Amino acid sequence: MNYFPDEVLEHVFDFITSHKDRNSVSLVCKSWYKIERYSRQRVFIGNCYSISPERLIARFPGLKSLTLKGKPHFADFNLVPHDWGGFVYPWIKALAKSRIGLEELRLKRMVVSDESLELLSKSFVNFKSLVLVSCEGFTTDGLAAIAANCRFLRELDLQENEVDDHRGHWLSCFPESCTSLISLNFACLRGEVNLGALERLVSRSPNLKSLRLNRAVPLDTLQKLLMRAPQLVDLGIGSYVHDPFSEAYNKLKIAIQRCKSIRSLSGFLEVAPHCMSAIYPICGNLTFLNLSYAPGLHGNKLMKLIQHCRKLQRLWILDCIGDKGLGVVALTCKELQELRVFPSDPFEAENAAVTEEGLVLVSAGCPKLNSLLYFCQQMTNAALITVAKNCPNFIRFRLCILDPMKPDPVTNQPLDEGFGAIVQSCKGLKRLSLSGHLTDQVFLYIGMYAEQLEMLSIAFAANSDKGMLYVLNGCKKLRKLEIRDCPFGDAALLEDVGKYETMRSLWMSSCEVTLGGCKSVAEKMPSLNVEIIDESEQMEFNLDDKQKVDKMYLYRTLVGHRKDAPEYVWIL
Amino acid sequence: MSSENGKRLLETDAGGLNFEATELTLGLPGEPRVTSDGGAKLGSKRGISETVDLKLGDNNPEVKLGHSLQEAAKSPVSKTQVVGWPPVRGFAKRGKKSCKYVKVAVDGAPYLRKVDLEMYNSYQQLLTSLEDMFSCFTIRNYLNEKKIDQVNGIEYMPTYEDKDGDWMLVGDVPWQMFVESCKRLRLMKSSEAVGLGLKTAPKYSSTN
Repeated sequence: MNYFPDEVLEHVFDFITSHKDRNSVSLVCKSWYKIERYSRQRVFIGNCYSISPERLIARFPGLKSLTLKGKPHFADFNLVPHDWGGFVYPWIKALAKSRIGLEELRLKRMVVSDESLELLSKSFVNFKSLVLVSCEGFTTDGLAAIAANCRFLRELDLQENEVDDHRGHWLSCFPESCTSLISLNFACLRGEVNLGALERLVSRSPNLKSLRLNRAVPLDTLQKLLMRAPQLVDLGIGSYVHDPFSEAYNKLKIAIQRCKSIRSLSGFLEVAPHCMSAIYPICGNLTFLNLSYAPGLHGNKLMKLIQHCRKLQRLWILDCIGDKGLGVVALTCKELQELRVFPSDPFEAENAAVTEEGLVLVSAGCPKLNSLLYFCQQMTNAALITVAKNCPNFIRFRLCILDPMKPDPVTNQPLDEGFGAIVQSCKGLKRLSLSGHLTDQVFLYIGMYAEQLEMLSIAFAANSDKGMLYVLNGCKKLRKLEIRDCPFGDAALLEDVGKYETMRSLWMSSCEVTLGGCKSVAEKMPSLNVEIIDESEQMEFNLDDKQKVDKMYLYRTLVGHRKDAPEYVWIL
Repeated sequence: MSSENGKRLLETDAGGLNFEATELTLGLPGEPRVTSDGGAKLGSKRGISETVDLKLGDNNPEVKLGHSLQEAAKSPVSKTQVVGWPPVRGFAKRGKKSCKYVKVAVDGAPYLRKVDLEMYNSYQQLLTSLEDMFSCFTIRNYLNEKKIDQVNGIEYMPTYEDKDGDWMLVGDVPWQMFVESCKRLRLMKSSEAVGLGLKTAPKYSSTN
């Protein structure tokens, strides 16, 4: 079996970087497993409760980069209580005690305390990169510890976190000797920052490529920063409000023109639309434009801006762009691969300014489109069928019709045929989110055609258990299934419990599954944690098996029941 | 953390305050949940209950409503009240109102300042910031604790002018409701407030 010495194999494995492939390599034989585990540097853990830090450390002593995900996806929409779990502290504590030379930590939907950040900052001499996405539980004090103690910090990337901003001087905590920053993103912070400290920090960071500012950074500071960092590739503008006839604006125009490397632009957290012309000189080079935080930008000003962006590959925008605006996108952005249209007024479905027309226009004009997130007022089967024909390359297709269970407004039919066309045409589809009026039929199509599907999100759909069964039986590569408000009950849940071991997790809320059904799954599958989340205290007093369960979250795990669940979470 | 406090507020509410304000509903923060005409808001908004009725009228006898929609359909308010829908991140605040600047006047100061109320999540944060801004004064904080400034021994009561033009004491209503209705702030010298006999502290703590 082994014709080569270990060192040669190790060298070969160096070229294998994807997690999936490395996992496969480790399964070939005992010696490959051994070589692979000693040489592994990057580990991805999609569910922090599937394994323990101790086992991670034991298996991969050479670990340098760890990615952890905590709460289930529906936590983004307030469906998971705040203290459900996902605490990073035990991981950091265990890693700190070990001899792991951690250099990079990437967390998503986890609870991160200031204590954790401080321990992190003091425990790993070569720590280089901290990326926190949709996390909570920390304050700017924790950031100050990272700034002060991580001497070789290259990346501090905060994306959409809930941070308690103490308006401390965390930015001033970067010592004068810190010159290694490549990426700094604090756009999600709501408080003031020390502008002088920021300017000095940028001045002494010659490798800075990515800088995303928060709202508290005014335009004149932006101009100074750009003068000091013309090498930027990714820029997030904080405040963009000023007088177009001012000296500051003129200076800004000059500064922006020097930034010939900017390929990605975001932010505009406060924006004066009449000043966008200063941005035009860099628009021609942009591959990513994110205007989803800029409701002040719409109409003609927005159109003019987009018309300058001919090389755009990814566009994140608000629905105030309208169908007409999407038409402009279709004409201009021929390289477009990813489009995300967010609702500017999420709770008023009537005000959603985009419909099926905008989507059809983009699908016709942008043949490379492969990733979509689209919040709209309505959708028709005809439009979806057209989109499926125009764009067979979708990998991600997430459609949210704001009015739940809304049928095709033209025919009054459910949207089964439309989504069916999408799954049939897009053979590489990995992620799908459904909405609108849907019956069991759409799930029949999904089970039949969506062979590569890994993640499926369902809400307010289906007529019976058959819907869920079609999916579980048909989608062999399914990893994550999240369902809310569908008539799926115990029969569907219990049909093939072995399937859940092949998946990362299953979420079901406001469905028809009962306590008895969940208990049954837990009994048959000891390798799964079956969690019942019930804040109403019903479960304490009424342990009737026939009772419907409000929220169930089950996931495979190698380490049994977690010990940190709050009192309203029952692990069966 | 905040959900626990929200629960406690519901239980101890005795001041006749609208504790439905802390319920999770689909309305924008600070907006009234039920309008005076019994639910139908301005214009012809088709709420979820109407959509549901439409569905039942069709030849779709097998359509079963998700629990959340069943609850919404029973509600007298035509506006949808479904938790977690649409699936957008709650605090992303991509909505129309991205900032709310109000003037802040302090008795005795020669000029006013402006603060963006959207920058803060709680009364405590706002008052701390105001103290920073007017650093030579002290503000009598919402908990009615006395904080006497060393320099000149003056303390102030935070008040605000609401949509109706009335001057209110800061801290009585939930934070988001306050942000919605506040038009301007005034830090009033406590000496002027003598005789108003403030027996109870404002209801809302910093967790709001």
